[in-house]
Amino acid sequence: MLSLYTRRRIINAVGLAISMLAMAFGLFWLCWILWTLLEHGLPALTPLVFAQMTPPPGSGGGLLNAIAGSLAMTLVGTLIGTPIGILAGTYLAEFGQRGWLAPITRFINDVLLSAPSIVIGLFVYEIYVVHVKHFSGWAGALALSIIVIPIVIRTTENMLRLVPTTLREAAAALGAPQWKIINFVTLRAARAGIITGVMLAIARISGETAPLLFTALNNQFWSSNMDQPMANLPVVIFQFAMSPYEDWQKLAWAGALLITLSVLTLNILARVLFQQKAASH
Amino acid sequence: MPMFLREASLKRHTVLDLLFRNLTRVSAFGVLVLLAAIIGSLVVGSMPTIHAFGFGFLTSSDWDPVNDQFGALIPIVGTLVTSAIALLIAIPVSFGIAIFLTELSPRILRRPLGVAIELLAGIPSIIYGMWGLFVFAPLFAEHVEPWLSDHIGAMPYIGPFFSGPPMGIGMLAAGIILAIMVIPFIASVMRDVFEVVPTLLKESAYGLGATTWEVMWKVVLPYTKVGVAGGIMLGLGRALGETMAVTFVIGNAHELSKSLLMPGNSIASALANEFTEAYGELYTSALIELGLILFFITFVVLSLARYMLFKLGQREGQVS
Repeated sequence: MLSLYTRRRIINAVGLAISMLAMAFGLFWLCWILWTLLEHGLPALTPLVFAQMTPPPGSGGGLLNAIAGSLAMTLVGTLIGTPIGILAGTYLAEFGQRGWLAPITRFINDVLLSAPSIVIGLFVYEIYVVHVKHFSGWAGALALSIIVIPIVIRTTENMLRLVPTTLREAAAALGAPQWKIINFVTLRAARAGIITGVMLAIARISGETAPLLFTALNNQFWSSNMDQPMANLPVVIFQFAMSPYEDWQKLAWAGALLITLSVLTLNILARVLFQQKAASH
Repeated sequence: MPMFLREASLKRHTVLDLLFRNLTRVSAFGVLVLLAAIIGSLVVGSMPTIHAFGFGFLTSSDWDPVNDQFGALIPIVGTLVTSAIALLIAIPVSFGIAIFLTELSPRILRRPLGVAIELLAGIPSIIYGMWGLFVFAPLFAEHVEPWLSDHIGAMPYIGPFFSGPPMGIGMLAAGIILAIMVIPFIASVMRDVFEVVPTLLKESAYGLGATTWEVMWKVVLPYTKVGVAGGIMLGLGRALGETMAVTFVIGNAHELSKSLLMPGNSIASALANEFTEAYGELYTSALIELGLILFFITFVVLSLARYMLFKLGQREGQVS
């Protein structure tokens, strides 16, 4: 019979050892996936990828139209989603203490935050694509903006809640009206956090495939018209990776590496920015 | 400042206050409208199937576009099973990672390692899908699945779940890839909430002689259970609706098989594969109803999680 003390020590050691293994387990997948991407993607990532359009099977080509389409839709989606998200998040954090709207909105925002992105695609298909009768870049951007909104709402509210109440009270004691307190004191104090949230939202939507399948679809040619079906990296990757053609698969790996690198860069940038801001306070 | 100026300024600010508050309120209200619109449009879109099959749609395992016979049982089961596998693996691993990051890791490594785990969450799901199909599935078929069907496949009760030909792609592979995808979500939320535990509280426990494990298990976890449950909820929501990664590796077969090694189908993967190619009103409508069901399941899961948190909070209130 082990003494209580020894037993506790053993449980402790086992628990901590398992937690170290868990950490190694997590890192293992990250390294493996990144390694695969570099291994397959780097050889395929030639300058031509940025110079040529997506090819028909069997001939050389690049991803230029897909890259441009992805950038355009991500930009428009972010521009639509961010202001709405910040305003709604501000409401939840600053005015949401009383009344029925804030708790319900918070709850529903949680649902939307975890809502399957493919359902968002279906929704935009139903309300937009069906009515204009063709797939389009606008529909894709709209779908992406619906994904941005809940993310920005959540981060804005969280960041505003971190701002100490004393700061608000100090501003109020100086006679500042509420809109000034929020715009010039609390939102400013939470700025770094909110920008981080927006960047993470951009990172999230730039890799989203599911909502674009039924909205922007794809386009083999260059298109600067957002009212037309628009090529975009994720859907091109999906189509090319699932295809049996070798050169399409190669391009898919190049696109995959490109998307991952930009998403990871955004992620790291957001963190660096947030850290610098936090340090300067 | 003269009196009348001050009054004018006061009035102006009152108006601006009102404007600003209502602007934010309208935006918040927009979220409700958005949800209503999503549900509304999905219900309208699935009306033809609801009329044609009624509740039988949920329990039927038919999926025959040629004869216009549709049932949602197979995708529903596939979605639930893959998510369950994912959570079963992801929750303990995430807890371990969170403990490591908050208590064990050397201070210098803490941030880079934390960021590394968060980067795992940043990788787009389509990348997991490609990696799963081209790299993971072949290895899985060659090394893991034969072992599973040889060793566990013969056991009573759980055996049938692990027997079958090693194909690489299938429900188990999809579940494992989902687990890798949700680990960073759950782990980073757990880490974040573990970090807000007041140092004083932890130090008091250490001061009383508690081991690190006991501090995590009996002080930190109870203190942060709301956040931990929130992280798990986030992971589950992500696993249920995850589309691209699952589409690549689940096999997309409309078959209901007991074995987890066999290919199956999830709601999201059925949608991704078939929606743009669906012909006929009933086919499209059946897929939209699948989307509605998926949305409904996510909604119920999140509501349940909320209710549980509420209950936990209440009990906590009574004890103290």
